[in-house]
Amino acid sequence: MSRIEAEVGKPKGGLMKWIDDRFPLTKTMEHHVTKYYASKNFNWWYVFGVLAMVVLVIQLLTGIFLTMNYKPSAADAFASVEYIMRDVEWGWLIRYMHSTGASFFFIVVYLHMFRAMLYGSYKKPRELIWLIGMLIFLVLMAEAFAGYLLPWGQMSYWGAQVIISLFGAIPVVGDALVEIIRGDYSISDITLNRFFALHVIVLPLALIGLIFVHIVALHEVGSNNPDGIDIKKHKDENGKPLDGVAFHPYHTSKDLVGIIVFLMIFSAVVFFAPDMGGYFLEHANFEPANVTATPEHIAPVWYFTPYYAILRAVPDKFWGFVLFALAVILPIFLPWLDRARVRSIRYRGWMYKSALTVFVITFLSLLVLGLAPAEGVYVILARIFSVLYFAFFLLMPYYTSRDKTKPLPDRVVYHD
Amino acid sequence: MTEDDLDRNRRHFLTVATLATGAVGAAMVAVPFLSSLQPSARAQALGAPVEVPLGSLQPGEMIRVLWRGKLVFVLRRDEKMLAGLPGVVDDLRDPNSEVAEQQPEYAANDTRSVKPEYLVVEGSCTHLGCAPLEDFEVRPAEGWGGGFFCPCHGSKFDLAGRVYKGVPAPTNLRVPPYRFVSDELILIGQDTGAA
Repeated sequence: MSRIEAEVGKPKGGLMKWIDDRFPLTKTMEHHVTKYYASKNFNWWYVFGVLAMVVLVIQLLTGIFLTMNYKPSAADAFASVEYIMRDVEWGWLIRYMHSTGASFFFIVVYLHMFRAMLYGSYKKPRELIWLIGMLIFLVLMAEAFAGYLLPWGQMSYWGAQVIISLFGAIPVVGDALVEIIRGDYSISDITLNRFFALHVIVLPLALIGLIFVHIVALHEVGSNNPDGIDIKKHKDENGKPLDGVAFHPYHTSKDLVGIIVFLMIFSAVVFFAPDMGGYFLEHANFEPANVTATPEHIAPVWYFTPYYAILRAVPDKFWGFVLFALAVILPIFLPWLDRARVRSIRYRGWMYKSALTVFVITFLSLLVLGLAPAEGVYVILARIFSVLYFAFFLLMPYYTSRDKTKPLPDRVVYHD
Repeated sequence: MTEDDLDRNRRHFLTVATLATGAVGAAMVAVPFLSSLQPSARAQALGAPVEVPLGSLQPGEMIRVLWRGKLVFVLRRDEKMLAGLPGVVDDLRDPNSEVAEQQPEYAANDTRSVKPEYLVVEGSCTHLGCAPLEDFEVRPAEGWGGGFFCPCHGSKFDLAGRVYKGVPAPTNLRVPPYRFVSDELILIGQDTGAA
């Protein structure tokens, strides 16, 4: 047999073979893209993971270009942002994309998390995906918080003052910790400089690393689906799940539609309402930071207000901090709090359905209350909804184990 | 050497010893990095004591100064203000300045000051650090004897920086270390030694 004959029938040669002998390119592509089978019956809730990636790319790209003109010093920061807005060619667009991207990041991530709650995507065997996802969420909050100080406006300064002071509520080490975070006796040029380092290097690196691990874990166990059943139970003779289709080209084409719709909405905000009436860019932040005067009404950006409302609902500094921190980290435990035998809401009983409905109302109400001044009826409402927020999680083992569930189908179900 | 010849105790000891040495090394390397996060020599120098002349401050007036980048209120209380201080004691959480960290010993008195006339407090709400606003107008109908009001979360303090009950701020406004260099000059940030 000649050497040429031996080559015949081999799937590929040339450059791809040369690379594949040295790097698992084809193997990786197949494992993660062309032979990654996800359920056929994905609905539009399943687009937010990809959209989060799209926003990440927008933030990285616009962020890199912003750093080329931004100056991280207390003396220059505010003026350099004005400079980007007024004098840098298209600077306003890059900056508005970045500031709008921050809010959209949270919209997309909150919906992505809600999808997991709808269909029980955090349940076994996907606990680790959820855990890594929650870490991503925490890093994202830190990233947004650090980024908000950079324009050095009034809300940047006083928002940071309030949030950093929170850590002072920790007994014994609180004051020392606050000093280490600020690097000074008050929020200053030094604080701004280190928040810049965190915002452009440390946290984005952590974010990218965690997202990588999030996807590796997902592709190991496979995606959940709206029925919350295992699609690997029924495979064809080639080992391909009968209810699954390859991520590429099938899910990618579907995702493209989602991406286009998303970009339409995103662009509309960037071009027509970049400050979103003071919710995406707070009005007080158009004034440079002033150490001697707190703005009349302090509220964090909307995506932090549900937790901020809980903080304010507690009439005690230390316990306010404890409940605030608990509210943020409690969802981490969902995989173990949820005792239901089915994953998807489609097969759950009235208890979980009502609980989740109340939770959505609670979360949105806290979001609105965190933006309102802490007076009169708002405080009472914030207390009621805070109790409901914690009740959803802490009572979950009780109501999910008692809830009547419907029998699961053998194969995925279509609703068309 | 075969598996049977292995001295497992010895191998275990070497593993633990290597890990422990490595951990100690890592901890030592961490020291300079963590230390670099503390206030630098320049930050400390900029945090030096500040002199505040009191010559032009009239009774009932307040000035704001910065010490260590922090806001400090210097209020010259008039006689009416001083006379009102004992009247609100029942509504206060810590009227006798019992929380030791909130003031130097020499300010742990009825007026929370060195000289009764002059109140020197940090203008940073003990709740979450917002700058309280002054509201010196006495409104007995509202039970308000004059003092400071925090716009962020509604904490209230009296004219000696003492916190009211039932507000989120846990303690009185902090009194920074200070001393009188002369009758008309105070030094904030230092209370002993030469200026």
